[in-house]
Amino acid sequence: MRQALAKLTLPMLIAAAFGLMLLGKADALLAERARMALADALAPIYGVLAEPLDSLHAAADDAEGTFSLYSENARLREENERLRRWESVALALDAENATLRANLHWIPDPAPSYVSARVVADAGGVYARAVLLSIGPNHSVTKGQIALDERGLVGRVTELGARSARVLLITDMNSRIPVILERSRSRAMLVGTNGARPRLMYWTEGQPPAEGEHVVTSAEANAFPAGLPVGVVHYSGNNVPEVDPAARLDRLEVVRLFDYGLRGVVPPESQASLRAQGPERRR
Amino acid sequence: MDKLPGIRPRQSLGRRLDMAARRGFPGSTTALLLLVTAAPLGVPGQPELQASIALASVFFWSLFRPASMPPVVVFAVGLLADLLGYAPPGVSVLTLLIAHGLALRWRRVLVRQGFLLVWLAFVGVALGAAALQWALTSLLTFRLLPPGPGVFQAAIGAGLYPALATLLTRAHHTLAEPEQA
Repeated sequence: MRQALAKLTLPMLIAAAFGLMLLGKADALLAERARMALADALAPIYGVLAEPLDSLHAAADDAEGTFSLYSENARLREENERLRRWESVALALDAENATLRANLHWIPDPAPSYVSARVVADAGGVYARAVLLSIGPNHSVTKGQIALDERGLVGRVTELGARSARVLLITDMNSRIPVILERSRSRAMLVGTNGARPRLMYWTEGQPPAEGEHVVTSAEANAFPAGLPVGVVHYSGNNVPEVDPAARLDRLEVVRLFDYGLRGVVPPESQASLRAQGPERRR
Repeated sequence: MDKLPGIRPRQSLGRRLDMAARRGFPGSTTALLLLVTAAPLGVPGQPELQASIALASVFFWSLFRPASMPPVVVFAVGLLADLLGYAPPGVSVLTLLIAHGLALRWRRVLVRQGFLLVWLAFVGVALGAAALQWALTSLLTFRLLPPGPGVFQAAIGAGLYPALATLLTRAHHTLAEPEQA
């Protein structure tokens, strides 16, 4: 009897595994909750671990840097010279922009509020690109908030726990971002491929993206504010326009989560709660 | 168990705890390996490493000490791997259970063979597991995923197994041996 039961355990558990897959498919929220509960438990531990590991990586970078001090110095001198010239141009343009806005009675964009959070772990697995953030227990982070690092767009908050948040990167397969090509002002979609460089698709007929062109977010669909830096167009070997992300997605340490108050694309469950609050909340 | 003739130490509480700890060693170290490989180590290919390390550990213990790696433990390890690896729930569970079943079936033949043949068997299992995970994830997310990461995962598993097996063989004869309690 006991042996028969022992023999049955494995087939029963295999059946349970299939059941788990069905359950995960039928109730995606359940899997997400279990995942974020585990992430909530681990995020503080990984947060503590991340600091010495970061300093270790920084020490390795420093050691590497000492070998190329001379060439690096020459490069930086040259770059500094170039940037100084650009700085004067930028200041002049900024002043001109300010006077033009004053004359036009331009309504300024509201200054967005943001919080900074430490990236504590990779949260993508084999077939996704995402990172896990450690955020305090009394945070004001909501789903759909936009993550930026010091250089450009990183992604959006897709899953939220009590002390952790998962940010889907712009390189993930499920990421779709409306963008504007800065020179031609032509619109396009930035489609993640799980590779290092997301791909540009659906650009305006007759205005293909040019190599080296800057790409910024578009306010279309009310999911992103206009003009966040995304990256630079680069044609791949087989002539597909891709974008080299401005953000350093392979070595994220701290990201800023911005609340632009945009509710253009929100996950279904928060849409339900918005509807419950009445139509006056939805502008 | 106590049918064998011979003198053995008294079944005191301490000894029983020691034996239980030794029996729990394979399951707990596998879970610990999963948690460590999910930490922000900054190693390239870490998600693939995580998936293959769980498979290698489950395969090894199912082959050499199945009493300490029962199906229920394999199920729990798979669930942890799914939650940590952000895979659709059930995918790693099924893969690990099948690897466990195969190891049990081949046990009689493989245990007597040298290391090379066991490694070859594991390479086959790793390839099959990566293919199954790729197919199931594609099916459950309704899109054809690029097969590259799966191939990479199988390759990492195959390359990692000798090193891991050396460590685990040592533990198998010392730490995980309930008779030594």
